[in-house]
Amino acid sequence: MNVLTPPEKLTVKDFATDQEVRWCPGCGDYAILKAVQKTLVDIDARPESTVFISGIGCAARFPYYMETYGFHTIHGRAPAFATGVKLANPELDVWVVSGDGDALSIGGNHLIHMLRRNVNLQFLLFNNEIYGLTKGQYSPTSRAGTRSPSTPLGSVDNPISATQLALASGGRFVARSIDNQIKHMPVVLARAHAHIGTSFVEIFQNCIVYNDGVFNEFTAKDKVANQQIAVEHGQPLLFGAGKQKGLHIKPDSLEIEVVTIGENGIVEDDILLHDEKNKVLATLLAGMQGPYFPVAIGVLYCDTAPSYEQEVQVVLDKSTSKTGSDLNALLRIGHTWQVDVKS
Amino acid sequence: MPTNTALKTSPNKDAPRQALDSAVVRFAGDSGDGMQVTGGQFTLSAALAGNNLATFPDFPAEIRAPVGTTFGVSSFQINFGSSVIKTSGDDFDLLVAMNPAALFVELKGLKQGGVIIVDKGSFSERNLRKAGYESNPLEDLSLGDFRVIELDISQLTLDAVKEHGLSNKEALRCKNFWTLGYVYWMFAHKRKETIDYLRSKFASRPDIAEANVSALNAGHALGETSETADGFQGFAIPQSEQAEPGLYRTVMGSEALAWGLTAGAQLAGLRMTFCSYPITPASSVLHQLSNMADYNVSTFQAEDEIAAACAAIGASYAGNLGVTSSSGPGIALKGEAIGLAVAIEVPLVVVNTQRAGPSTGLPTKTEQSDLYQAVYGRNADSPLVVLAARSPAHCFEVAVEAVRLATKYMTPVMLLSDGYIGNAAEPWLIPDIDAIEPFPVNFRTDPEGFHPFIRDESTLARAWAIPGTPKLMHRIGGIEKDYNSGHISYDPENHQKMTDTRAAKINGIAHDIAPQVVDAGPDSGSIAVVGWGSTYGSINRAVSNFLDKGEAISHIHLTNIWPLPANLGKLLARFDKVLVPEMNNGQLLTVLRSEFLVPAKGINKVNGQPFKIRELEQAISAVMEG
Repeated sequence: MNVLTPPEKLTVKDFATDQEVRWCPGCGDYAILKAVQKTLVDIDARPESTVFISGIGCAARFPYYMETYGFHTIHGRAPAFATGVKLANPELDVWVVSGDGDALSIGGNHLIHMLRRNVNLQFLLFNNEIYGLTKGQYSPTSRAGTRSPSTPLGSVDNPISATQLALASGGRFVARSIDNQIKHMPVVLARAHAHIGTSFVEIFQNCIVYNDGVFNEFTAKDKVANQQIAVEHGQPLLFGAGKQKGLHIKPDSLEIEVVTIGENGIVEDDILLHDEKNKVLATLLAGMQGPYFPVAIGVLYCDTAPSYEQEVQVVLDKSTSKTGSDLNALLRIGHTWQVDVKS
Repeated sequence: MPTNTALKTSPNKDAPRQALDSAVVRFAGDSGDGMQVTGGQFTLSAALAGNNLATFPDFPAEIRAPVGTTFGVSSFQINFGSSVIKTSGDDFDLLVAMNPAALFVELKGLKQGGVIIVDKGSFSERNLRKAGYESNPLEDLSLGDFRVIELDISQLTLDAVKEHGLSNKEALRCKNFWTLGYVYWMFAHKRKETIDYLRSKFASRPDIAEANVSALNAGHALGETSETADGFQGFAIPQSEQAEPGLYRTVMGSEALAWGLTAGAQLAGLRMTFCSYPITPASSVLHQLSNMADYNVSTFQAEDEIAAACAAIGASYAGNLGVTSSSGPGIALKGEAIGLAVAIEVPLVVVNTQRAGPSTGLPTKTEQSDLYQAVYGRNADSPLVVLAARSPAHCFEVAVEAVRLATKYMTPVMLLSDGYIGNAAEPWLIPDIDAIEPFPVNFRTDPEGFHPFIRDESTLARAWAIPGTPKLMHRIGGIEKDYNSGHISYDPENHQKMTDTRAAKINGIAHDIAPQVVDAGPDSGSIAVVGWGSTYGSINRAVSNFLDKGEAISHIHLTNIWPLPANLGKLLARFDKVLVPEMNNGQLLTVLRSEFLVPAKGINKVNGQPFKIRELEQAISAVMEG
């Protein structure tokens, strides 16, 4: 008789490898690593069916530190490898770890197509607005004017918005967190894991060596209250010390504005409620920048649809050949002729 | 009935058909004239008539080039007969020219005294000018060396399909089947299979199906009831006698390749994930496999060539057989990913259906110019296995072998085909897959002593442990790994050892492949003609012709390009001269010279067309005399 024993409860330590972590001291990646390990414990992940896949960059070293299956691939292509893994074995729980250069520059194409296909995996984008591993060049998320070894007089390219790109590509779960939000990250990551389809999570991550403090204007302790808004489904979009500020749709345009309760006749009922199934709202939230707007974190958008693997299976199930899986029979279908043994 | 000057309507029933051991027919028309379909049907009828055959579809890169132009000419060539047919033939016995441009482009390939069927109705002033004719070749004396059968095919077709009530445009599109019917009469081929084909192809438009059937029958009937001016009564081609007993079918290279990969995956006990991006002339393999879900095959049309390679590697990493397929420019894009597959040592089959280059080159024309790319075309020391198919049917066994080597040695295998092989067809003695020795993969499950780069002592293949396996969690990637633990290692001596091991693993395969045989002639002597890939038929026939004349010459044809067979160096050393014909500027030549220090000489051609037997004979004769 088979007795089903519940799998033993694993701890954060069970998800750590014996490999020395080689990020710079003080790198935001350490906190993200801890948050991911905690998340795996929280969601009862099994190490043998969990796969971390990465491209190239500082973030891409992540799999070496996870006591799961890990595949460190080539620059920008992790989504393509992950898609192949999921096609081969949809049961695997796949996490892709990437950076802003990896995901949005060299690998931008693969990111778009993974999102539009809705491959069932978690995609973590560590955005530090800089190329760290190659020693500090500006990246596709660097703000115009960024001075770097390759742009000593300041960069001129406009930065790309990771979350807006994800939404435009058809991503159905788009969220944000910050490396110094130790409690927020596991909540968002657990939501990402629970979502069927591609779950895209941008994590603002501080590069202490090449871009230290680049997010300070909304991540510094004294800025959190007024320059961040943590969105939650069904809750009013309030922020500020004492939650007296909120977001409001301008009456005559498709824009949002910051309002203060008690000023200009604004009452709490005038504040927008967050609806994570509303893609237009998600796009507006994704586009908010300081100092006028707070930066939105949390689940900006979540609206489930069948995953790529599920749809592929539906199509495969439609196939009905006359010969089953008998290849010998297939080769003999159609026009054949017999050459007899000569007498 | 319209006037057809070459015909009168009282056939001389007693005139015999002209007997030929084999015949070469070339159908040529506009891109939209349906010449490839016509050729495909004729191929089938020749096979069912019991002939050996080889075909050569030769079409422009443009889907529908401007009507009536020389660059829009689409052609299909077939060589068929009773003897062993190894090439699609040099010069044609019969040229079917649907318009002046087709005649203009193809006439140079017609044999002296050969037969031309032309659609006289298409020889208008305007079409003649578009083709580049200053005067009408049907009226001046320029076709005096040939037997010209002038038929107003357009009008004859319109008459034949009148009862079906099609529009003029639709009716004229039956021209190719009218012509096919006439050519069937010329070779006494049966129409039944083509009629079945038409009724199934146009099942939703019975009027079009029946119009084409009427056209086919009318063309055939005209052949039977009329007589050409000089009493020509068609050809008689005897049935083939040399075929091995068994059940046959015709097969195209892309089909044989798809089925071979599928068979290989079944023999390995793996599901196949085939990942590709559309590219001429490789897409037909993707199309073929997209229909084979029931045979444990799934296909993935990726967003680009790189993603296709990466997804295939991801599938292999997860325990499927990953296969990616492209043509030269696409293979170049896959290079970095293939390097990763070399580094992490997973099975991967990379199919390259070569085409003429560099860059976009001549996408629909054939060339063998990716041998360097296959053998050497990656950064760093990144050896892999390279195999080359020699003919459409040969693709099957080479594909099976590619899967065997990829899975046994945990390595990428590059399989070289080319545009000619991919699109050409030949008869195939259908193999019994159950009779092929299986090579099942054993995934590692034992945690005892496991690390990801633990190797089999004899093959040097690393253990294949796939995600989902308890207690074997590990990390792999492009960074060099420690030989003894599989962890990341930047140790200089370890890198030397890993590089040496990767090379030794691939070199060792030389002893696990069939020793090189001599395809024709003695195994030592004066001249060895060494080829690879689709030049097989031309070389073999040219060498056989010299052997028939008592010349000392041999043909050696390589399937294993890397590693080279273990006995090849010694074999080549037994010949005074080594000649290497290739459709490139001397790539195998360089490899043979560098590996064996033999003073080999090249015979090279890069005009997008396969070698003619005559060209090879001339080149070989020059060496014999020199």
